[in-house]
Amino acid sequence: MFKILRKEVLTPQTKLFVVEAPLIATKVEPGQFVVLRIDEKGERIPLTVADFDREKGTLTLIFQEVGKTTYHLGTLNEGDAILDLVGPLGRPSEIENFGKVACVGGGIGIAPVYPIARALKAAGNEVISIIGARSKDLLILEKEMAEVSHEIYVTTDDGSYGKKAFVTQELERLIKEGYRFAFAIGIGPVPMMKAFALVTTRYAIPAKVSLNPIMVDGTGMCGVCRVSVSGVTRFACVDGPEFDASEVDFDLLTARQRIYCEEERQSLERYQQSKCGGCERE
Amino acid sequence: MNEERAKPKVSPKREPMTRQDPHVRRHNFEEVALGYTEEQAVREAQRCLSCKKKPCVSGCPVEIEIPEFVKFIAERRFQEAIDKIHEKNSLPAICGRVCPQEDQCEKMCILGKKWEPLAIGRLERFVADYEMRKGEINIPKLPTPTGKKVAVVGSGPAGLTLAGDLAKMGHHVVIFEALHAPGGVLVYGIPEFRLPKEIVRKEVEYIKKLGVEVVTNFVVGKTRTIEELLRDGFDAVFVGAGAGLPYFMNIPGENLNGVYSANEFLTRSNLMKAYLFPEYDTPIKVGRRVAVVGGGNVAMDSARTAMRLGGEEVYCVYRRSRAEMPAREEEIENALEEGMILKELTNPVRIIGDENGWVREIECIKMKLGEPDSSGRRRPVPIEGSEFRLGVDVVVIAIGQGPNPLIPSTTPGLKTTKWGNIIAEEQTGATSLEGVFAGGDIVTGAATVILAMGAGRRAARAIDEYLRKK
Ligand SMILES: Cc1cc2nc3c(=O)[nH]c(=O)nc-3n(C[C@H](O)[C@H](O)[C@H](O)COP(=O)(O)OP(=O)(O)OC[C@H]3O[C@@H](n4cnc5c(N)ncnc54)[C@H](O)[C@@H]3O)c2cc1C
Ligand SMILES: Cc1cc2nc3c(=O)[nH]c(=O)nc-3n(C[C@H](O)[C@H](O)[C@H](O)COP(=O)(O)OP(=O)(O)OC[C@H]3O[C@@H](n4cnc5c(N)ncnc54)[C@H](O)[C@@H]3O)c2cc1C
Ligand code: SF4
Ligand code: SF4
Ligand code: FES
Repeated sequence: MFKILRKEVLTPQTKLFVVEAPLIATKVEPGQFVVLRIDEKGERIPLTVADFDREKGTLTLIFQEVGKTTYHLGTLNEGDAILDLVGPLGRPSEIENFGKVACVGGGIGIAPVYPIARALKAAGNEVISIIGARSKDLLILEKEMAEVSHEIYVTTDDGSYGKKAFVTQELERLIKEGYRFAFAIGIGPVPMMKAFALVTTRYAIPAKVSLNPIMVDGTGMCGVCRVSVSGVTRFACVDGPEFDASEVDFDLLTARQRIYCEEERQSLERYQQSKCGGCERE
Repeated sequence: MNEERAKPKVSPKREPMTRQDPHVRRHNFEEVALGYTEEQAVREAQRCLSCKKKPCVSGCPVEIEIPEFVKFIAERRFQEAIDKIHEKNSLPAICGRVCPQEDQCEKMCILGKKWEPLAIGRLERFVADYEMRKGEINIPKLPTPTGKKVAVVGSGPAGLTLAGDLAKMGHHVVIFEALHAPGGVLVYGIPEFRLPKEIVRKEVEYIKKLGVEVVTNFVVGKTRTIEELLRDGFDAVFVGAGAGLPYFMNIPGENLNGVYSANEFLTRSNLMKAYLFPEYDTPIKVGRRVAVVGGGNVAMDSARTAMRLGGEEVYCVYRRSRAEMPAREEEIENALEEGMILKELTNPVRIIGDENGWVREIECIKMKLGEPDSSGRRRPVPIEGSEFRLGVDVVVIAIGQGPNPLIPSTTPGLKTTKWGNIIAEEQTGATSLEGVFAGGDIVTGAATVILAMGAGRRAARAIDEYLRKK
């Protein structure tokens, strides 16, 4: 059992947990993730390690409520425990001193970008961060990102905060203004990463994205997480989750994320009805 | 007993095992074969000729004293029968169910020369179940602890057997398992209707009672490496990580929605209990028409699972002929009885999808058998122009598994074959690294439960020797 030591509500749909997981905390590096299962009947879902404290033996997980498992997770509180948590999984990000780097995070994608930006800064890079969300109340980690960046730009789709733009438009604007990025990392919803890949490819910037296909075991055993990179099938959980942005088949990723659309809807509806029926307080 | 005199009394046919009706069992996940009653077991045991040369024993990879335990059953001394088996085999309820007996112990049985061989597996299962039903399982007296610690990677049959043996020798054993439940293929691969998970759970309980610690959610190579485990104070490490890497065919359309590896399909259904969705959270696609590609046990399990999930037309697409199918004959028969449609001498060439990326058809080509290949089986060759399509909405690829590269890639100096299998001495499991042993599917490639157990047993002996010298 993995105890939740702290819970923070970042936005109505985004929660932060600090969980006790000393073994994983000693080993985890930026870019890696864990797979968790809430209880006996639960599904295994992957979440990126957004932060860690090796001394205290804790991990920070930030998640957006999108379906049954993440909604259920969001109802847990400090003192509750998660049944299964395994990691650190996936390959760590490649952290080097590239020079000037762009760290681009969209929506919940800001959470995984954060530890990478921090490590890049610690490695001596000049970190230019661009973060964005659909609207102001969905924006997370602005303060934390600002702390690990030399410059930070904030956008919202609806203009309710920062500049009204997509993060990728802001990235292109900076490039056009003369920022010469030696490396870029972009994490967020698939359409954002697809646009990010187009921009970085157009300007020949070496760039990585972190892919989020459906996963089960997270150890290379089931193959559900297969993605196509440079026309070759790879397992994102062990070969990734980061891949060269210009080589990824994003349309395949989008299609494969939809495999269980119907079942996911059914599962969430059933969960919400049981919550109402049982008169449980959310 | 004199064989000549015994013969006329022996029934030529074995005692039949009651099984669920195919039309009924096609729709449930309960065990198919219901096991012998006491009367049936005693009758079957009485068929044994107690041969002096015990040819049957030489067919069993762990050399169970077959005539002895069978005689105890014939005399209704069931507890003594199971105790006899336990001397050589720590997982009898499992082996009695899933061993390919027809190629092992039963293949060598004298009775089989003229009649049906003795049903050794069924008798083994009977006494193992007898003990489980009784509730209490005899825990042997353990020796004084040696103070030595052994880490075991993987909780499949190889790791479980080794852990049990070493615990009985007084060593402290910790099993590290990547998944959330111990058992390896026994829990994530082989379906409930062939091997109830409750049995695996009880076998694991037994090993825990011997003092073995089982740590789940621990991926060796990620959570800790083998080097680190040795530094953490383990005196030896055994790698029983299995063959868990699914192979695909590299044909067009394999990444379409609705195409599963058998590992994914079976893991969702068995380990995650997707057949109980939405009560359990993990979903699985229930195809109306399903094609399973392959002809081994994994393919049979996938096809039979697909039927139970509601598949109406379930095809088994296999490139050689039925005679070459590597699956156990009994399981092929079970699957056919349940309605699986065998497309032998047929090979998929591509999978065709609809505009939304979902599987719609699988295109196959007819094959004929040519010259024998290196394995001695006749090589299938395509018949030009014989392509045809099957309309399907789910495809399960069950053409085999390889070793997961995670351990070799994180363990410098650990030698592997060019296919990625760990190189280990057959008799001891010793690898290229001192203090690191390996056995089971990670060494041999996908094999059988009993062979993995045999490897675990031999490695336990070698590790014991190594620790005592150390
Ligand atoms: C390596 C990796 C790291 C991840 N890190 C994080 C993280 O740090 N924070 C976070 O909030 N989420 C993260 N995700 C996504 C997260 O795993 C999913 O949101 C979660 O599995 C959804 O489960 P659910 O039961 O709540 O929703 P479901 O009912 O399974 O899905 C609801 C909706 O979410 C979409 N969805 C399902 N699975 C995914 C997925 N893997 N990625 C994106 N959308 C999905 C579905 O298409 C559907 O529209 C990560 C995914 C991967 C593969
Ligand atoms: C569907 C199916 C049906 C089968 N049917 C039969 C049958 O009827 N009869 C028969 O005799 N054989 C059958 N087999 C084969 C048999 O199950 C295997 O040969 C046997 O289980 C191999 O045992 P093992 O201990 O080597 O590995 P496994 O059973 O594969 O167990 C390995 C374990 O190690 C864990 N692991 C892997 N890597 C790590 C890591 N890095 N850290 C921690 N843990 C790790 C895995 O999660 C797994 O639990 C079948 C196999 C399958 C897949
Ligand atoms: S363990 Fe397997 S091979 Fe040995 S006697 Fe039992 S069924 Fe036969
Ligand atoms: S060979 Fe057959 S008949 Fe002879 S002892 Fe073995 S099981 Fe009995
Ligand atoms: S999640 Fe199973 S192989 Fe990647």
